[in-house]
This record gives sequence, C-alpha cells and structure tokens, in this order.
Amino acid sequence: MAGADVPTRTLVVHAPDWPVLAAGPEPSAALVVVRANRVVAASMAARGAGVEVGLRRREAQRRCPHVEVVDHDPARDARAFEPVAASLDALTPGVEVAVPGTLAFATRGPSRYFGGDEALAGRVAQTVSDALHGRWPVRVGVADGAFAALLAARAAHPRGGPARVVAPGEGAAFLAPHPVDALLEVLEVPELVDVWRRLGLRTLGRVAHLPRGEVVSRFGPAGAAAHRLASGLDLRPLAIRRPAPELAVGCELDPPVERVDRAAFAAKALADELHARLGADGLACTQVLVEAQTERGEVLARRWRHEGALDAGAVADRVRWQLEGWLTSSGARPRAGLVQLRLVPVEVVAARGRQLGFWGGETRIDERVWRAVARLQAQLGADAVTVPEVRGGRGPGERVVQVPVATVDLTQARPAARLDAVAEPWPGRVPPPAPATVPHEPELVAVVDAEGREVRVSGRAEVSAPPAVVHRRGRPPAEVTAWAGPWPVDERWWDRTRHRRRARFQVVDEEGGALLLAVEGGRWWIEAVYD
Amino acid sequence: MAVPAPDLAVLRQLGERVRPLSAAAERVLPVPEALAGLLPLGGLGRGTTVATAGSAASSLALALAGPATMAGSWCAIVGVADLGLLAAAELGVDLGRTLVVADPGPAGWAPTVASLLDAVEVVLVRPGHAITPTTRRRLVARARDRGSVLVHVGGRVTVWAEAPDLTVTAGASRWEGIGEGHGRLRARQVEVAVAGRRGADRPRRASLWLPGPDGRIALASPAPSAATGEPATPAALREVG
Repeated sequence: MAGADVPTRTLVVHAPDWPVLAAGPEPSAALVVVRANRVVAASMAARGAGVEVGLRRREAQRRCPHVEVVDHDPARDARAFEPVAASLDALTPGVEVAVPGTLAFATRGPSRYFGGDEALAGRVAQTVSDALHGRWPVRVGVADGAFAALLAARAAHPRGGPARVVAPGEGAAFLAPHPVDALLEVLEVPELVDVWRRLGLRTLGRVAHLPRGEVVSRFGPAGAAAHRLASGLDLRPLAIRRPAPELAVGCELDPPVERVDRAAFAAKALADELHARLGADGLACTQVLVEAQTERGEVLARRWRHEGALDAGAVADRVRWQLEGWLTSSGARPRAGLVQLRLVPVEVVAARGRQLGFWGGETRIDERVWRAVARLQAQLGADAVTVPEVRGGRGPGERVVQVPVATVDLTQARPAARLDAVAEPWPGRVPPPAPATVPHEPELVAVVDAEGREVRVSGRAEVSAPPAVVHRRGRPPAEVTAWAGPWPVDERWWDRTRHRRRARFQVVDEEGGALLLAVEGGRWWIEAVYD
Repeated sequence: MAVPAPDLAVLRQLGERVRPLSAAAERVLPVPEALAGLLPLGGLGRGTTVATAGSAASSLALALAGPATMAGSWCAIVGVADLGLLAAAELGVDLGRTLVVADPGPAGWAPTVASLLDAVEVVLVRPGHAITPTTRRRLVARARDRGSVLVHVGGRVTVWAEAPDLTVTAGASRWEGIGEGHGRLRARQVEVAVAGRRGADRPRRASLWLPGPDGRIALASPAPSAATGEPATPAALREVG
C-alpha cells in the first residue's frame, strides 16, 4: 500500500432516507421507519409535517396523524439496494456498500476512464437514478476520503445538480465548518461528540486544530479515530493489512440453495468461522467480500465495509442481506441456485479488545434487547412487555408501577426506574425492607387471638387482642411469634367514594415467614409476603 | 535434582485464591459478595439454570440477579406477576435494565422465555403450569447456547422434568427488629444452602443477612466448614426508634 498518509479519493452515492423507499411503494406518502420507538427515516411528506429523525414514534404520530409507521428492517433495505449497487458494477469493480442506501468506491481508475471526477459523478448519478426509475433523489459526492465524500454527497443539492465534487487537497477545508455531530455518521461515539460539543469544539475544524498527540492521550482510540476523520484523513490506512488469502472461508452448498433462510443459515456458520479465524490471529475485519457461485457458474460478489470492525454477527447480517438481495432481486440474477459461498476478508485491522467493546459492547446488547422486545410485542400485544418505574405511594405495590415498553426509550438511561426518582417522603409508607412478593389478588385470611376470637381493630387503631394465629386457605395454621401494628392508613379522606381507612400489620410465624397483612372493615388479607 | 513434594494444602489454598479470577466475567455473572462464596463458580455461570427455594426464594432470586444488572446486563421477569419490584430495587436490581412480561399465557410462555434468553443475561421464571421435558430441554439448551441464566423463582420446582444445575435453598429465617406488638421488620437472617451438579454436588451453606440492618446483603456467619470468628455484621448496629 502507499506509504504516504493520503486519503483515498472516494466517490459516495447516498440515497437519503433509504429505509423509506425500501418500505414504501409510494414516494409521496407520509411514512416513517422506526427502530426502538425512534424514527430512523421519514418520507418527504412526513418531514413536511415536522417529523424529524430521532423523534419518538408517538411524537411523530402526533405531528403527522396520518403517517404510516413501518418497523425498520435492514434486510429489506439491503434487498432494495442491491439493484442500485449492481447498476454500478458496469462502471467499476470496486463498489463497497457501507449501509443500504450508501455505497462508496475509489475513483482513481474510473475517473480517468470517464474523464474526470465531475464526469464520473454525473454518470454515476444518472446510472443510479435510472436504476431507481427516477423515484428517489440520489446524491453523489466526491472528495478525499470516504467521510468527506459522504458529507459532500449530503451537501449536494438537487438544484445545484445531484453531485458535489470537492477538489483534491481541499478535503480538510471542506470538512472544517461541519458540526462535530457529523462524526456520528460513521463513528458510534455519541459520548465523545457530546463532550466535545460541551467543551466548545462545535465544528470539525476546531477538532482538527487540536494537537493530535493530546487528543489521543486524552480521548483514547476513539478520539484518535475521530480526530483523523475531522482532519480529512482516512480512518483506515492506520493499520490496514491485506490479509493472507487462506483467511477466506467458504463452503459448498449441496443441494443448491435457492431459499434465503437456508442460505442465511450457511452464512451464519461461515461468519462465525471467519470471525474465529481472524480472532485467532488477533485481527478484525473492516471490509468483507461476499462471493457466491451458482450452478451455472455465474459468480456474484459484493463488498461490504464498515469504518469500525465487523464482528461475527455484523458479518452474518451483511451476508444475509446480500443473499436476500441476490435471491429476491428483480434483476433476474442469479439464474440458478447457489452452490458455493465464500467470505473473503478484504481488509483487516489489528483487533483491540477495548476498541471492539467500543464499537459494539453495551449498545449491541441493548440492541438485542429491543429486538426481543419488538418480537414479543408482535407475538403478545403491544402492552405485554413492561418496564418498572418508581412512583410515590405507601404500599409496596403502589411504589413501583409497570409501564408499557412502547412508551419509553430503552436506549437511554431512565431516571424514573431509580429508587431515588421519588425524593419526597410519603408519610405512613411501609418501611423497608420491601416484601419480595406482592400478590395482585389479595388473599383473604383469618387472624385470631390466643382464644380463637377474630382480632379486631377499632377506629382509634386499638387492637382487640394480640394476633396469635393466621389461617390461610389450604395451609396449616401459622402461629404468630412476633407482630407489629396496627399502622393506620387513612387515604383520600377528602374523597368520599375513594376514601380508604384500613390498618396494616406485620406478622412473623414460628418458621420465620413474614407477612404484611391489612385489615379493613373486619376483613383481613395478605398484602405482601416477605419471602 | 530432587523435586520437593508439593504441599497440597498450599496448592489448594492457591487454587482457591485464583479460582474466581480465572472464572472471568465472560463466563460468570457477578452475584452479591456474600453469596459468591457459596456458588461453585463464584457467580452465576452463564448458560446454566438455577432454582431458588424455601422461605426466602423470591428475595434470593432477586439478590442473585442484582449485581449482573448493575454491571450492565439485562434481566427479564416472565410470568412472576407478583414479584415485588420495590424489593428487587432494594436488593440491588437495576430496574432500568429490567423487562417484565407479567402474563405471557400458557401458550406464549415458552416462546417468550426463549426470546428473552436470546436477548438478556438473566431470565427469572415461575411457570404456573407443567413444562414438558422437550420444552425444558429446549430452553436449557437455549440458555447454554446464548450464555444466559435461567432462574426459577421459588414455587414448585417439580414442574421441571429434572433438577437445575444449582438449587439455592433458604432454610429457617429469623427476623430482627420486630417484637410482640412493637418494632417492625428490619433485618432477616436466613440459612442458605447451595446444592447442585457441576462442582456443587457437595452442599454448601451459610447464614446470610437478607437484608441486614443496613439494608445490605451480608454474611451473618461464615460457612460452618470454616466456622470460626465472629459474625460478619455486628448485631450491635441495631437502630432504635
């Protein structure tokens, strides 16, 4: 590879709000695509009504009541994007898909062939637009480095032509006025960007201006990567290696595969194998070539890349998306079942444990969680999955309530789930420790004194006699060895219909079992069990 | 050269000392310190099944799940609608990383548990119906495959066709702070015994504060096998009023 640290001149094709096009047949419809209750893409009509990416589902529905809400499905996006990627295969062999909706390739060869960056960009825009039958705006950016090219593509405005070309050597200057948030397009560093913003480093130019050594020592590998990008350098030449060919993994598919689910099964196993092989060498993959061969000898290939490292799950996802794209593509290719599948790591970096955690880590776990939640909501109903929130109240059952998961944002910390969420004291609340079992249906019991008479509590909270035995249905009578109470509860005395006046007791039996009992109007029940 | 005979006692001591370290966070989810010494791996082994039983079964299950959620793992509660979540929070469970499926119904129970075993580290269950051996095997295999822990909270463990990897049983409890007509429940001492397969075939027991007078889980007395010294938490710290 070239020794100089010069960013690769790159062309990026970007279709804004791709998930919308992938999900919706009608470009003019109001539609949002949501993931984990947050809008990830919105159609023009929805945006016109004030819907923005990042809004909660309900807020989006409030702003645009007729909006159609579709769940995000990366496989669907990839399937729809494959014809676009395929349309460019005639122009260059090096098309790399970053995410469905965005692809990139190095312009060096094709630019010379088509007579310059402008000509190439125009041609690419036309080709892609044709592939989409003009149904969707497409933007093309050319600049030094993939990051600058992506921002150039985003900046390209239809009225100024679909393409924006940043002259060679001007990448850093082009990036400088962009806000630091732009880093989030390619790096998952929300905390870092937040810190920088609060430090007053609001633009990429400010960040690039910082001495590199200082950034690395203060912000670690994440800071180093972000600093490189902000300075207009490529992330990748840092430690990119062309891996040895024997790291590629492949398998024969016998019988030939025509169905996506079978292919995906093979893809998962291959991805795991690839990951294990790279891991054994201390490597992680940043670009993978998915290659398939059909019965008739056709060879299909597509590169996927990620600015970070692709872990086994991410590779498996991309392979599955790609296979879906091929096997269900309207372009009538392939013409026969797949007989062979190969994954070739095109670029690898030294895997650093910490960096991998930084790329996936906790957020990936949370992603798994909300995927499971979405599945359960589909199976059991939207309100079947709940999360606890702390409220004010006196009884153990009142102080934590269940909130449907659809109404909260799982991807963020929820202060309402913390015990100190309710600061003000509630007089008369049951003191800690809290009981570990709080039945929803009160279990009626009989509480008697040593003579076997029912224990009564007077209006002035006086006990007729110490409770001696608790009779529970279906259990032997429990002898009370210790008890406390009565603790009168006089709730909503201002409201005649909802006014409650009862008393609570704690009782312990000879085996150490403890109950929270309540009595109202001569009836006793178990409010909670300390088990 | 003469090789000195290995001092077995020293070796065993060393082995004991390195054991929790070698069981890195990858394979074992953390549990309260007081319980760690009772569990063969020093924590909840990923991919295993655990049952709690006895007089403090619910508290034990919550206490076992707590530190994992504090360390960033998620916990799900399926079909244990009456589990006290206030107690969960007091026993160390991060409610911000807790999902509840209160009533998945008999038909939805197994798929729900399976889905959640895929997604979260600790799944607390108490099936209200019999589980077929096939379903059980499938769930246990799923937990093993995904490295999650299936915790059966009290109730009738016999709904499972076979014993879990670990059974944590609460024996007799003793409450402090409550008298005859005065005071209140403040602290509980409970005898906890751990038995099971995979290195836990020899039952271990200890007396635990669940919770102690300060609201924390602590050892009330060391395991009887090494029974010397005084209780870990001085009882003199009792609060008055």
